[in-house]
Amino acid sequence: MIDPVIASRLQFAVTTIVHIIFPVMSMGLAPFLIYFTWKDIRTGEPIYEQLRRFWTKIFAISFVVGTVTGIVLEFEFGTNFAAFSTAAGELFGGPLAVEGMMAFMLEATFLGVFVFGRDRVGDKLYFVSSIAVGLGTWLSAVWILIANSWMQTPRGYELATENGQTIVHLVDPMAAYFNPRFSYMFVHMQNAAVESVALFMAGVGAYYVFRHHVWGYPVENPQFWEATLKIGLIALLITAPLQVLHGDMYGRHVAETQPQKFAAMEAVWETESYVPEYIVAVPTSVDGFTDPRAKELFGIGIPGGASWLASGGDPTAEIRGLNSFETEAPPVAIVFWAFRAMVGLGFWFILLAFWGGYRWYKGQLLEDGLLHKALMGSSLLGILAVELGWIVTEVGRQPWVIQGVMRTSEGVSPGLTGTEATITLVGFVGVYTALLGLYTYVIWRIIRNGPPSRDELRSVQADTLTSEPGPTPSQPTPDGVDDD
Amino acid sequence: MGLTMTSVDSLAAGPLFGLPLPELWFGLIFTMLATFLFLDGFDFGAGAIFALLETDDERETVLAAIGPFWDGNEVWLVVFGGALFAAFPPAYAGLFSRHYLLMFGILGALILRGLAPEMYEQRHDKAWQRWWGRAFVAGSVLAPFLLGAFAGNWLVGSGRSLTLVGLVVGVTVTLLTVVSGAAFLQLKGSERLPEAVTTYGTAATVGYLLAVVVTLAVLAMRLPGGLGALLDPAIVALVLASIGLAAGYVVALRREQSLYALGAAAVLTYGLVAVVAILMYPAIDPATEATVRDTIVSTLPLNLMTIGASLLLPLVAIYFVVLYSAFSGPISPEEAY
Repeated sequence: MIDPVIASRLQFAVTTIVHIIFPVMSMGLAPFLIYFTWKDIRTGEPIYEQLRRFWTKIFAISFVVGTVTGIVLEFEFGTNFAAFSTAAGELFGGPLAVEGMMAFMLEATFLGVFVFGRDRVGDKLYFVSSIAVGLGTWLSAVWILIANSWMQTPRGYELATENGQTIVHLVDPMAAYFNPRFSYMFVHMQNAAVESVALFMAGVGAYYVFRHHVWGYPVENPQFWEATLKIGLIALLITAPLQVLHGDMYGRHVAETQPQKFAAMEAVWETESYVPEYIVAVPTSVDGFTDPRAKELFGIGIPGGASWLASGGDPTAEIRGLNSFETEAPPVAIVFWAFRAMVGLGFWFILLAFWGGYRWYKGQLLEDGLLHKALMGSSLLGILAVELGWIVTEVGRQPWVIQGVMRTSEGVSPGLTGTEATITLVGFVGVYTALLGLYTYVIWRIIRNGPPSRDELRSVQADTLTSEPGPTPSQPTPDGVDDD
Repeated sequence: MGLTMTSVDSLAAGPLFGLPLPELWFGLIFTMLATFLFLDGFDFGAGAIFALLETDDERETVLAAIGPFWDGNEVWLVVFGGALFAAFPPAYAGLFSRHYLLMFGILGALILRGLAPEMYEQRHDKAWQRWWGRAFVAGSVLAPFLLGAFAGNWLVGSGRSLTLVGLVVGVTVTLLTVVSGAAFLQLKGSERLPEAVTTYGTAATVGYLLAVVVTLAVLAMRLPGGLGALLDPAIVALVLASIGLAAGYVVALRREQSLYALGAAAVLTYGLVAVVAILMYPAIDPATEATVRDTIVSTLPLNLMTIGASLLLPLVAIYFVVLYSAFSGPISPEEAY
């Protein structure tokens, strides 16, 4: 049996790593869906109804899976981290409760109207419901990130010992909720969600555009996929540069407020100044992969780059080494490589955005097969970058569960046995693997079946009812629809 | 941003308007639990009745009937958990960690129940739909059963996952969800569903009353106060009222006054949860004998949450009114997007 502390941490890691995919999809899709709904209602053009209906399907399944995996997380604080929950309930429980009442209720109720109610409610209420769902997903992020950012930069609290237990008391709610990390985290996370969905849309659109224009296969609704590609590309052009810009500010903030995490991100063990930032880093020995040390890396680095990043412009600034902290270092290899991969992806997305933008400007967007392949290959990399970012954030905070206040090992439920923890850990690995498989399968089917064909659309049916009976566009159903 | 230090100090000085906030929050979390057990309860009950239906059209009608609602209904469980965590952190932590495997059982059942209808609709081949239909039924029956078991263990302060009290309360809660489910399906499914739904509702009501009697007998043995605890006038009144309501439910269901039947099922659900809350009070975690006042958070966060809940819960009520009025009347399986 695994030690309950290790098992609980692994289980939380597995359940959050899987869960975050679904909020990224729903938060990222929210602004697109509001836009499609608005355009559909205002213009009545079939393409917007197709876009709205197609992406609502993906939103709905993401939301459902996000709901069931999200409840798991809320329960896990109590089941696996009872000591943490008892100690930090005043600061951590409150935001979770408010998230439920303010955000989750809003999105879950209006989701019913948005997904099932197009023919039941008027245009106005339907549009309001799209905003309510989108707002709900983003408000949810506000409260969850308040809770999480407080664990990174705790403020507005006092410690007391009651019945031999350390209890964190809330004394200044504004300082606690709007702790220094919150705004960085919120901007970085929400932009990442939109960027991830933009990459996904561009990749899916590129697949059909490639089939149609490069391979010359017949594709149903080619203009739908072209629109999807273009909308994804526009969103990528906006979000990709922003992500790197405020990522840079975020990094500096981490250096100021969590120097130990920053030292792990750069694998700096000894305190020194004029630390380079390695763009490409290759360890000089096999051990270097599992135990990277800045001093021993062979790489192409910007001289003074890490110092510059940490200090906000001074390449000679000093960076505190991991050896100078009283607590043991976080797992440096994980943090170091995850950070590098995330930053590398961030720059790749900018390159991709400009490449696509340039081809579009030149009028070659639909013909550039290499670009299409790059977009297809990158369609899931935004989500990967989000995962890597959260790994840096959460693994980098170790050994603390609340930075400088409580260690993760002290937060685990005292009565939890290794047997119980191992049973549920194994259970989750199995169930969540199946869940991810099913989710992927459903999304793949939705993409393969494509948008509703034109004669299924409300806008088209309304036209044929009012106008003279002309030659109705008789399109064959897309290949793959209900073929089983 | 609005909250100056002086207002924070005054919020930390004493309970808002001198109200007995620990007791009010004790009442509120059980109200949230009851709201969940009623609203998601009829989804669970619909899932149980799904097992007894034969044609594809009937089954699709059940799925369509709960489609727009169940996600919002289920959020009441999230709100219940969040409020328990926020108001009584030691009770939340103690209960959830002690009933470790039971909690994950509930989560597993909820995952099945939530996922199954989405999967069921994906493909139209027989084997696929048979298996996802079974998963839907299993999740719908197991979730209330395990939740009831949790509530029973909570009440008698048992540390084990499987107990006699847990078993009987689990069965009681599951039958109650079928009572609600039958009324809900009569309201939303109308003529597409067979007459037999009325019979299932009646049978579940009889079963529920029997289960209540058995539960009370087991509780009389297991509760520290014994039979005396059950003879509290409020408990006696609630039990008698339940019998009257159950009769009213059956009459309303037979006359196809579905809304009245559903209302009766709602009151039955709140009554059952009230019995649990009354028997438990003033303890909130009988296993450790921790009381409401022992485990409540300090004054400042409590006041803040009280303000938050007073502003937000009326809004939540409006959302539910919008949702349920948008989908008033029967729902057909063709509706979507």
